Amino acid sequence: MSKQAQHWEKTRGLLMVTLAIWFVFSIGIFLFGAEMNEVTGPFGYPLTYWFTCQGSLGIFVILIFWFANRQEKIDEEFGFSERGDD
Amino acid sequence: MIKGNFIDNLPKVYGIYTGGFLAFIIIMAIAEQMGMSAKAIGICFVAFTVAIYAIIGYLSRTAQADAYYVAGRQVPTVFNGMATAADWMSGASFVAMAGGIYFKGYGYMALLVGWTGGYVLVASLLAPYLRKFGCYTVPDFIGTRYGGNLSRLMAVIVLTVASFTYVTAQINATGTIASVALDIPFQYAVYVGLVSILLCSMLGGMRGVTWTQVAQYIVLIIAYLLPVFWISNKIGAGFFPHFMLADEVSRIAELEAQFGFVKNSAENLKEVPKGLAGITKAHSAVNATPWAFISLALAMMMGTASLPHVMMRYFTTPSVKAARKSVGWSLFFIFLLYSSAPMLATLSKLALIDPSLPTGIIGKSVSEVQAIDWYQNWNQANLMYISDFNGNGTVELNEFFMGGKAVVLATPEIAGLPYVISGLVAAGGMAAAMSTADGLILAIANALSHDLYYKIIDPKAETAKRLVVARVLLVVIGFAGATIAAMEIQGILGSVIWAFDFAMSGLFFPLVLGVWWKRANREGAIAGMALGLISGAGYLIWVRNGGSGFLGITQLTFGIFGSAVSLVSMVVVSLITAEPNAATQKMVDEVRVPSGKSILGKQH
Repeated sequence: MSKQAQHWEKTRGLLMVTLAIWFVFSIGIFLFGAEMNEVTGPFGYPLTYWFTCQGSLGIFVILIFWFANRQEKIDEEFGFSERGDD
Repeated sequence: MIKGNFIDNLPKVYGIYTGGFLAFIIIMAIAEQMGMSAKAIGICFVAFTVAIYAIIGYLSRTAQADAYYVAGRQVPTVFNGMATAADWMSGASFVAMAGGIYFKGYGYMALLVGWTGGYVLVASLLAPYLRKFGCYTVPDFIGTRYGGNLSRLMAVIVLTVASFTYVTAQINATGTIASVALDIPFQYAVYVGLVSILLCSMLGGMRGVTWTQVAQYIVLIIAYLLPVFWISNKIGAGFFPHFMLADEVSRIAELEAQFGFVKNSAENLKEVPKGLAGITKAHSAVNATPWAFISLALAMMMGTASLPHVMMRYFTTPSVKAARKSVGWSLFFIFLLYSSAPMLATLSKLALIDPSLPTGIIGKSVSEVQAIDWYQNWNQANLMYISDFNGNGTVELNEFFMGGKAVVLATPEIAGLPYVISGLVAAGGMAAAMSTADGLILAIANALSHDLYYKIIDPKAETAKRLVVARVLLVVIGFAGATIAAMEIQGILGSVIWAFDFAMSGLFFPLVLGVWWKRANREGAIAGMALGLISGAGYLIWVRNGGSGFLGITQLTFGIFGSAVSLVSMVVVSLITAEPNAATQKMVDEVRVPSGKSILGKQH
């Protein structure tokens, strides 16, 4: 397999993981919104309520930075990262 | 004070700017104590901030195509994050969102999740690849990836429909704020708003818009956070509201149980002014079906990833790597405001309905409430209304009505903050609406000037002529938007949500599959864009005219139907027609790696 094909396979793998985490916190947990809201979440808010106004949003921020770092590592590993920028 | 390259001095320049703005707020506060009128303070806030944006717009003037279209591709990640956040957060986010949460509670917060989660899709599926491509506009990518004028034209059409729906709402918002702050009729205020918008973008294009958007972000985030923290401390809810309002949230639930949600008769509601609403839904309890919540969030997320004015912000970063990081920063800056909106809604609601607080009005006598200063002010502005439906002489939960905008605009006054805060909030709302309108008008004008005029009609045009055409289109589109906004056809929030649905119906899958599916070809993309947009718009018209809809898809989520049609038609048509030629396939391979030259040259 060529270097480029390997790079793309890893990139696709990272995409799947990223989208899976995204799915859980943007859609998955809200399937059980009513049940989850009975539980007390961080800072004492009802759990589902907390996810809609802080939890999911914060997780998305962290997820994007994590994704960007992982993708950079993959690019470096196969020698596809850009030079002389940032 | 400032030496050398502007880009290297950015932190210093915006540091001084922020300090200057804070000093201005303090001066205004002192002036208020010395007897300056509320009206004069409002005018000062709006005039001062708009003048600053105009100066930045003038200083950013340019005669070069890549500076005009993509700000010279040298905007650092963090600053691009701020600019994107201002580009993104519109009048709807700033003025209407806390109000929506106040009235509808949990069900409405699907928008919070949708308008943030979409950035994960932007970062992972699209932004870095489109940056590598080196395009000036979104149709530039479609037109080059799939080839042919028809695919480019289809992308221009979808972009224009979505962005134009959005921009009328933003010009409407600037007009509303300008008319309140400057005390002039709305029909004229709309054009005052438009001129302010054009001052930022006309001379410098994307470069001017970038640096004004950063300035606008700073104003709008200060204007949003300062009152939230102040109110929270003032009513004793907690020093840091985001972490300390759990007791207030449960207190609201307690009061809701105590008062109950009494349904008003249609007869009684007739006397309530149009656009005002009462609290009819629980604040923190789950009050929407999972599908209603999820479908709205999903539509907003896919729409986020298809809206061209957001995507084109990532064309301005120096590299692919920077584009990815910049998406993270964008969402961080958006998060600061979005995580505060529910807190503001909570504080506002508690201040109004809790009888044990001095500001609470529920349970007081009707005549007592009608004598309160702020009630009279906002009643006069048609944003508050009380009626004693059951004739018992006291105000009940179901007898108090408020406009959506009033939650952000009136809460500082209700909580007893000085008027200077209300002036600040007006400047923030103006900044939010202006920055989004600028991004949208520029996205449309650039698509028409670059893709329609230069790439399709006159490919030999010189740079100077292209930029003249771009600017003329900017003004024409701005005036068209303002004229429609002045007619006040639909509310701010409804048309914003429609714009997301239009964008996802026509553009989501053609963009994503252009990078992630090599087999996608021209015929498929054209079918995907055309059928997606037509079926989405058709569904909207059908439901608006009394159609029952299916699968719980409403007029706010019609993009789910449109994009499903788009996906199926794009895949089917691609598979039954010939695969893309070798050159196109090689192009896709190159887009997928960050290193090497971009597909389109620096000047194209």
